[in-house]
Amino acid sequence: MAKGGIRAKLRRSSLYTLANIRSKPSYKKEEAAGELSGYPRVIHVNQPVVPETAPIFCSNYVSTTKYTFFNFLPIALFEQFNRVANFYFLVAAGLTFTDYAPFDWPSQVVPLALVVGFSLAKELYEDLQRYWQDKAANRRDTAVHVGNGVFKTKQWHEVCVGDIVNVKKDEFFPADLLLLQSSYEDGMSYVETMNLDGETNLKVKRALQNLSLPVVNDDGASHFGNFQPMIRCENPNPNLYTFMGNLEYDGRIYPLDPAQLLLRESKLKNTEYIYGAVVFTGNDTKVMQNTTQSGSKRSKIELQMDKIIYLLFGLLILISIVSAAGFGLSVRNTVPIWWYLRPDVAGEDFDVNDFFVSALRHLVTALMLYGYLVPISLYVSIEAVKILQASFINSDLHLYDDVTGTPAKARTSNLNEQLGQVDTILSDKTGTLTCNQMDFLKCSIAGCPYGKRLSEVELAAAKQMAAQMESHDSDSSHGSVSSSASLQAITISNNGNTEKKESIKGFSFQDDRLQNRNWLNEPNSEFILLFFRILAVCHSAIPEINEKTGELTYEAESPDEGAFLVAAREFGFHFIKRTQNSVVIRETLSMNQEPVEKEYNILTLLDFTSKRKRMSVIIRDETGQLLMFCKGADTIIFDRLASNGKMFLEATTKNLNEYGDAGLRTLALAYKKLDENEYSNWNEKFHNAQIASGPDREDMLEELSDAMERGLTLVGATAVEDKLQKGVPQCIDRLALAGLKIWVLTGDKMETAINIGFSCSLLRQGMKQICIVVSAEMLAQDAKDVIKVNILSQITAALQTVKGKKDPHAPFALIIDGKTLTYALEDDIKFQFLNLAINCASVICCRVSPKQKALVVRLVKEATGRTTLGIGDGANDVGMIKEADIGIGISGVEGMQAVMASDFAIAQFRFLERLLIVHGHWCYKRISKMICYFFYKNITLALTLFYFEAQAGFSGQMHYDDWYMLLYNVFLTSCPVLALGVLEKDVNAEICLQFPALYQQGPKNLFFDWYRIIGWLSNGVYASLVIYLVNMRIFSPESFRKGGQTADMYVIGTAMFTSIIWVVNVQIFLISHYLTRVQLHTIWGSIVVWYLIVYIYGTLPVSWSAGNIYHQLPEVLGPAQKFYLSTILVTLLCNMPYLVHISYQRCYNPEDHHVLQEMKNLKKDVTDKKMWKREQSKARQETEIGLSARVDAKMRYMKGKMTRRYSTLAPRSP
Amino acid sequence: MEVDAGTTSAVGTDNQPTPVLRGRSKAIHQFTQQTLPACKPVLTPAWVIGTFFLMGVLFIPVGLISLHASQSVNEIVDRYDVDCVPDIFKNNKMAYIKNASVSKSCHRYLKVHKHMKAPIYIYYQLDNFYQNHRRYVKSRSDEQLLKGLGYNKTSSCEPQAFENGLPIVPCGLVAWSLFNDTFSFSRGTKKLEIERKNIAWKSDREHKFGKNVYPFNFQNSSFIGGGKLDTTIPLSDQEDLIVWMRTAAFPSFRKLYGRIEEDLEEDDIIVVHLMNNYNTYSFGGTKMIVLSTSNWLGGKNSFLGVAYIFVGSSSILIAFIFLLLHVKNPRPYVCIFLKDEGQFSNGCS
Repeated sequence: MAKGGIRAKLRRSSLYTLANIRSKPSYKKEEAAGELSGYPRVIHVNQPVVPETAPIFCSNYVSTTKYTFFNFLPIALFEQFNRVANFYFLVAAGLTFTDYAPFDWPSQVVPLALVVGFSLAKELYEDLQRYWQDKAANRRDTAVHVGNGVFKTKQWHEVCVGDIVNVKKDEFFPADLLLLQSSYEDGMSYVETMNLDGETNLKVKRALQNLSLPVVNDDGASHFGNFQPMIRCENPNPNLYTFMGNLEYDGRIYPLDPAQLLLRESKLKNTEYIYGAVVFTGNDTKVMQNTTQSGSKRSKIELQMDKIIYLLFGLLILISIVSAAGFGLSVRNTVPIWWYLRPDVAGEDFDVNDFFVSALRHLVTALMLYGYLVPISLYVSIEAVKILQASFINSDLHLYDDVTGTPAKARTSNLNEQLGQVDTILSDKTGTLTCNQMDFLKCSIAGCPYGKRLSEVELAAAKQMAAQMESHDSDSSHGSVSSSASLQAITISNNGNTEKKESIKGFSFQDDRLQNRNWLNEPNSEFILLFFRILAVCHSAIPEINEKTGELTYEAESPDEGAFLVAAREFGFHFIKRTQNSVVIRETLSMNQEPVEKEYNILTLLDFTSKRKRMSVIIRDETGQLLMFCKGADTIIFDRLASNGKMFLEATTKNLNEYGDAGLRTLALAYKKLDENEYSNWNEKFHNAQIASGPDREDMLEELSDAMERGLTLVGATAVEDKLQKGVPQCIDRLALAGLKIWVLTGDKMETAINIGFSCSLLRQGMKQICIVVSAEMLAQDAKDVIKVNILSQITAALQTVKGKKDPHAPFALIIDGKTLTYALEDDIKFQFLNLAINCASVICCRVSPKQKALVVRLVKEATGRTTLGIGDGANDVGMIKEADIGIGISGVEGMQAVMASDFAIAQFRFLERLLIVHGHWCYKRISKMICYFFYKNITLALTLFYFEAQAGFSGQMHYDDWYMLLYNVFLTSCPVLALGVLEKDVNAEICLQFPALYQQGPKNLFFDWYRIIGWLSNGVYASLVIYLVNMRIFSPESFRKGGQTADMYVIGTAMFTSIIWVVNVQIFLISHYLTRVQLHTIWGSIVVWYLIVYIYGTLPVSWSAGNIYHQLPEVLGPAQKFYLSTILVTLLCNMPYLVHISYQRCYNPEDHHVLQEMKNLKKDVTDKKMWKREQSKARQETEIGLSARVDAKMRYMKGKMTRRYSTLAPRSP
Repeated sequence: MEVDAGTTSAVGTDNQPTPVLRGRSKAIHQFTQQTLPACKPVLTPAWVIGTFFLMGVLFIPVGLISLHASQSVNEIVDRYDVDCVPDIFKNNKMAYIKNASVSKSCHRYLKVHKHMKAPIYIYYQLDNFYQNHRRYVKSRSDEQLLKGLGYNKTSSCEPQAFENGLPIVPCGLVAWSLFNDTFSFSRGTKKLEIERKNIAWKSDREHKFGKNVYPFNFQNSSFIGGGKLDTTIPLSDQEDLIVWMRTAAFPSFRKLYGRIEEDLEEDDIIVVHLMNNYNTYSFGGTKMIVLSTSNWLGGKNSFLGVAYIFVGSSSILIAFIFLLLHVKNPRPYVCIFLKDEGQFSNGCS
């Protein structure tokens, strides 16, 4: 109540004199056109009985679910069988009930039911979660006018277009509303649009100025009963910043603009209540129009796997056709003379009189028989493995944030391996990289830098530099020793500082020269005084008393201002009160003196806008002196300095550059003394301009303020640290070393974005910044084509610079703002834009809307074909998160929308490092190994069937029992490969993190490229040939054992199958790098279980089994030594090429992880630390961003300096 | 299995601090944090060379033993299907085989080249006979073989399930095409006893062919396939049938006919009296009679031994190649890797 009270008493219009400039209507022409043609949407506001002619609008019910209760089964099933493999198995399962089938129905139906059932359950679960989420949103309450001034609580989904709703402070708007009235007299209201555009500062919305609304009582809106205007406006569209329309009331027409529109999902702040008319509901709202629908995501590996499945289908069809042709030919040529088949009797299998039909029928049989080429259990196994992998991510203690107590959450498990292939990270800024907290850290007053504490960036860079120096010490050059020593000193002293507890939020300044009133003894104390006064006076914040503690907090438009006020307070200038035209500061000017309250009359306040980049106040101090205080972006202020006001310019510029490089947000402060006449002349003009109406009004105001803000005297500059989240610079550095590209997409303004670029080390000194910007004038005046040509020429010029770059150590950074991006993302120039962007080391897009974020992601994703990762925390990132190949939500403080839309949720940005470099890398390798192995083992099995069939007159006979086939995929070979998929790792987590370049194996897709896939397929072909031929030759036709008996078909089948089991299990043993007990047990277990199964199955009564292998193991095969010898021989022979291959590769052409494994194995990390470190520094990706690049640049600079010194001092040695 | 032995022993010791297992929770923790202790095989040149060498050393002796075992088996193979056709039928073998009135009796003389120790197994071998054809394999009823006439779901036996409206026991094409050449042997003037019992698997006799099931309505049609069965003997004792019913895997196969329980001396001449009844002429198949001894490795089949020797010697060859490569161009262990697009080259500096 206190908050609103203070606010309400202020006449806001006097404070925000230039506020109207802000929303310069850039659509004047269109608006006129719109009026002529008439707006399409007509809304009758506040009419209990809607006229029949009124159109029907959609309801405010919002549903994001994929299915409804009734269409779940059909649609979900359709999606399942849309997968070609599943459809094939469905048909095959259907056909097992016919005579075409070479085997019994369970062998097809059971696995299919498992696969599909599993996937359906997963879909159902995920959709239910969405449903509950929607339900919660639709059931929120709001007060709706029901007639005669009575408001009744209704749920959100009951709100209709034309209703008048009453929204209280800190409530969300239920739909897009037209602001009619607020608790402030002049209809102002403050809105937080965090969920829409990610901006944290409050936005001002104002009701129609001249609309004489019914008077609202304090106890409610008793007079809304007769307020029935009509709104005509544009149709629903996703554009957040435009709105056109007009309101008809009492025979007058009022034009509407975006300043009156309150958007759904934004929040009312600092305003007691508002009344608004519902304009757009449900899916028509801007926020819903901004949601990008994206289908379920599939990882690249899975997509490639589909290709392999197509390849295998090709193979399947090929060998089926071969088989069918062979069968057809044999039916025509040889079968008629095989009397023992009774060829004279036509059967379902063949008819000698019609070999063609027989061949066609056989094709169906063959297609089913060789279905084992396509591993049906692959899908189930992969799903199962991924769920386990996801559970590892969920339970990883290194991804657990102990401050908030949130673990990581893999919300969709089917993208795990995609984490290992990310190429470009597109990150939100606020809440993701930063915590949206500003700390006053340093300042430069009268050219003298103050503030000893290092920014996080400097600190991190210094640490790393010291570490690098240490490792370079072996080279021992004198210069670097001393510099490393000094660096270490800095680091240490700074460490000492940080140990002191940080008590004041927003203030981490430390310098005894200014604190505790010591500044009075400084040489330029009068400037220091001025500096503090500017901080305390020149702002638009309002102090609020915290009801619990009684302390003052500042409600500022931007967190920077808050930090300034906190700083001023700490320096002894305590801002305690704002009245309509004055501020009260409690000043402590000396050690012993009691604080004095001083009131400064504010005569004029020239507002801060992103265009002006400065704000000024004109005050009269206690002596009656007129002063203008100004703060703004350094470039803007420097342009406006008086010739005698530049005495600190050079020193301050130097300081500002340092601050900028340290990632701090800087503002320059200046002042000017005014004399009465000058001011009153100006003020008259200004006042006239203010009350004037007409198109020139804003231009005039701007011109006048520009005229006033000249001839300033520079006082100093501030440096505020936009607090990064913990570990962000290090994390970005590591990701950069791993070869990832990082783009920042933020809704914030360009300056803020650039600052964060510096503090994250995405930008640094010596980097060439390319800004693609279109001036506001151009946007307002010129036609779209002209703007586009302009942008295109900027892009082309920049591209030429980038292409022609000479210095390899001067990388480029691209900075582009949202409006420009609108054009740059259009089809005809987007590829040029992208081409430029991917040639730049870092890309920062500012002031982008949620939709644009998604569009940028889509552009990168589709045009480069690389894997993109979107990370963000707010609802404005949802589009990006959904669009990116992988969406990551920060499950932090803000709402849950981002998390709900994400594929993975982590608590802090820094966890991304481990998520990608460790989990992603492992999962990628696991899944790719697993899939390759799966194909290998199924090819091995299926081709032996083919060979046998070819030797059985292509008749479709199998030499294995049906149950072997069923158990092969489901049971016999599944456990080791599951264990591999879950537990395999090439190197352990520490090494992954120490050698980030290892990550590149994923984006380069070294483990699932066609070379490797074909290699595995060939290995399968080879193994099948060896297994078949060797077993055939060993067991036939002579007797195979002591008793003289010969082997029948099923004996040979079992022997072959035993070989297969051994071969594939030994193979998986060989491809594992990391054999835990689980893997060893599953491998041995599978083999043992196979023998057990044959034994047990053989003891079943004949009528239960087909009887083919009755007592086979104990009586027939068991006592035959040949059985064992053949198994050993085949196992070895099949795996020998692979063994030779990996032995050769490891010894003479090792891959990255091989070397690391060897080093780890020889304990080089413990015994030879130096070498380990050296290798580590080599195992990096060439990168131009991140801390390391910054350190490298600094080292180069220092070395360059040193050599120059050497060359001048000493004659060059040969 | 040598592979496994080789690589498991080439295992680097686990360099995580050896965890003192404190029960299940510790193991679960290790599992969820993915720090389960594990062995990590690393194939260093020494291990590679050693492994291949060891494989060679183990395989060659096994191969030699197997080869020797195979060589020690004596085998006499005689193809008789052509020579047993009387000269007048040479150009029309079909007429010969289909004409029931022509005597199918035939004599073959086999010379024993080496001493053959009892038991000597007698096989008949058929070639180009597709016992593995799907229609053929399917055309039987194991249930009927066990239960006899009482079991009538014999649709799988088509087209040999019923004849003249009555079920056939044993039904199906396999039984119907039963091999019916018969052999008897004499050495000099003395008849050699052939043991015809115990040629089928014991389990087949006892559990798969009914003791109370007698042939019924078998080979009663006009189109007679192969041999007839003595309707007084239960199926479980019809060992020829039992052996025949075990369908062979490949179109060329041997089946056991009986045993000679006495030694055959070198240069003995064995006279085979055979009835050449079975029709392989229509589809161009061949028939052979085989006398063979057997040892622990079965019949005369040198493939296994040769394959073992081949694998063993190539292992040793590979070991030598690796040794040579290693000596000529050694990669110093833990080579410094030079970065080249994330790849490590093996040049060391």
